[in-house]
Amino acid sequence: MDPTAFLVAPLVIAGMSAGLAALISITDRYVNDYGDVVIDINQGSKKLDVKGGANMLVTLAESGIYIPSACGGRGSCGECKVKVNSDVGPHLPTELPYLDEKQMEQNIRLSCQIKLKADVGIEVPEYLFNIKKYSGTVESIRDLTHDIKEVYVNLGDEEVSFRAGQYGQFEVPPYDKIKERTQRAYSMSSKPSDKNHLEFLIRLVPGGIVTTYVHERLKEGEKINIVGPFGDFYVRDTEATMICVAGGSGMAPFKSIFYQGVENGLFEKRDIWYFFGARTEKDMFYLDELRELDSKYERFHFVPALSEPEPGTDWQGATGLITEVLDNYLKEKISTETPKEGYLCGSPGMLDACMSVMRDNDMAEEAIYFDKFA
Amino acid sequence: MSPEINPLALFVASIFTSNILLANFLGMCSFISISKDMKSSNGLGLAVTLVLFVTAGMNWVVYNLVLVPLGLEYLRYIIFIVVIASIVQIIEMIIDRVSPRLYITLGIFLPLITVNCAILGVSLFMEIRQYSFVQSLTYGLGSGLGWWLAIMLLAAIRRRVEKAPVPAGLKGPGITVITIGFMAMAFIGFGGMLPVQ
Repeated sequence: MDPTAFLVAPLVIAGMSAGLAALISITDRYVNDYGDVVIDINQGSKKLDVKGGANMLVTLAESGIYIPSACGGRGSCGECKVKVNSDVGPHLPTELPYLDEKQMEQNIRLSCQIKLKADVGIEVPEYLFNIKKYSGTVESIRDLTHDIKEVYVNLGDEEVSFRAGQYGQFEVPPYDKIKERTQRAYSMSSKPSDKNHLEFLIRLVPGGIVTTYVHERLKEGEKINIVGPFGDFYVRDTEATMICVAGGSGMAPFKSIFYQGVENGLFEKRDIWYFFGARTEKDMFYLDELRELDSKYERFHFVPALSEPEPGTDWQGATGLITEVLDNYLKEKISTETPKEGYLCGSPGMLDACMSVMRDNDMAEEAIYFDKFA
Repeated sequence: MSPEINPLALFVASIFTSNILLANFLGMCSFISISKDMKSSNGLGLAVTLVLFVTAGMNWVVYNLVLVPLGLEYLRYIIFIVVIASIVQIIEMIIDRVSPRLYITLGIFLPLITVNCAILGVSLFMEIRQYSFVQSLTYGLGSGLGWWLAIMLLAAIRRRVEKAPVPAGLKGPGITVITIGFMAMAFIGFGGMLPVQ
């Protein structure tokens, strides 16, 4: 038998597949070429000539308009809402979970789910024009715990102004199998008065693109881009008692809020309870600094809690799940008379659990604030 | 040798007397799930017809001009599926461009046409019955139209059935399968009037 016979079948399959793949690429090239489109923002206040075909969120970011997006365009946070004035088709199933009836009626859309195929008119809040891409240099990286790093970025001459509690998109360059620049949202932990710096607390998430980069590759002196500031997680100007709950790197916005509080007299004005949960003592950080604030200000109460304290160590604080500790304090230690506001930062699971504890203790849902970075 | 059937007769036969759905029971999954809604049924019928027509032609060319001369007939299953998958991809892109609304209505069922048995079935019948190129085209187009007709009929009937007092245990797919059975019996009445092989 002719030995080449064995080659014929694989070659035919390979050849056919290659031919069809080529056909698909050619179609893609011509059919998916939407040419140049115009994005009209706020009825003519700004007009952008951009290339069509990509999603609106990315295209706007490329033109310097940064719609807030905590998930980076994966359709899982529902933050990147814009009002669309032209017809871009019905709402997609991926958008429905994030829109209520009123928003649907106004044709509010998730900009990350909308492919730009034709000229489109949108409306966004004017303040979004202030969001910028900052480029800075990593000034220091410090290990706070075995899996949380404090990254301090120097913005050089550039000044940033943000409200304590807001977040920025931290961008890392391509590495290994990651072929494009990737952004993820992290709350700023530096105080707003430090205008030339931004600080982030970044916990290693196994398999996370940005966190892995920060923990394994990021070096002091490296250039890094940050887009921001975003978010409406900031201290509301009331006299209500603040019930703050954080876990792990959820410490970040509160560090910023409290250090600003020292400067603007927040602790003299209202009662603040800060519950911070961790598993073991090696997951705890900033203990001394916060305890110092606690003893210095009468109206500031810091309650660190360990859910699994290691036996034999002399842990001085509360033990148990943060939700149990919170429930306990809300029922027994914190006055039930005064109005309260909830401020939460942590994993989605922790947020949901704390929300339900707060609701059960008669706190108004509208007065519970949080960012969902899922 | 190709059977001596007038391509036009084959066309009519594949729509009515040998309907791919009601005589051969192929392409049932999307038939049952999409027929809830007339509009989507119409869109899917169009898409299936388009894919059937194009793949029947493509697969005929590939089979008779590539596989047969090289003695690789046994590769037909793989090759047919690869061709169908690629065609569906291309049609998907075109529909997205031409009619985004239809694209959204069809949703997941458009890519699922790839694994619609009716599509592979037509290509395999074409090969088993040794149709000529023209016969394959008319058979492909006819089968597509037949499928389209059947799903529109079923969608219309289901709209009536919705208002009928159906026993609780038979609601949904149960009564639908029974309905399809009746439709198939009606179509079988025409069976054999026009030969297909």
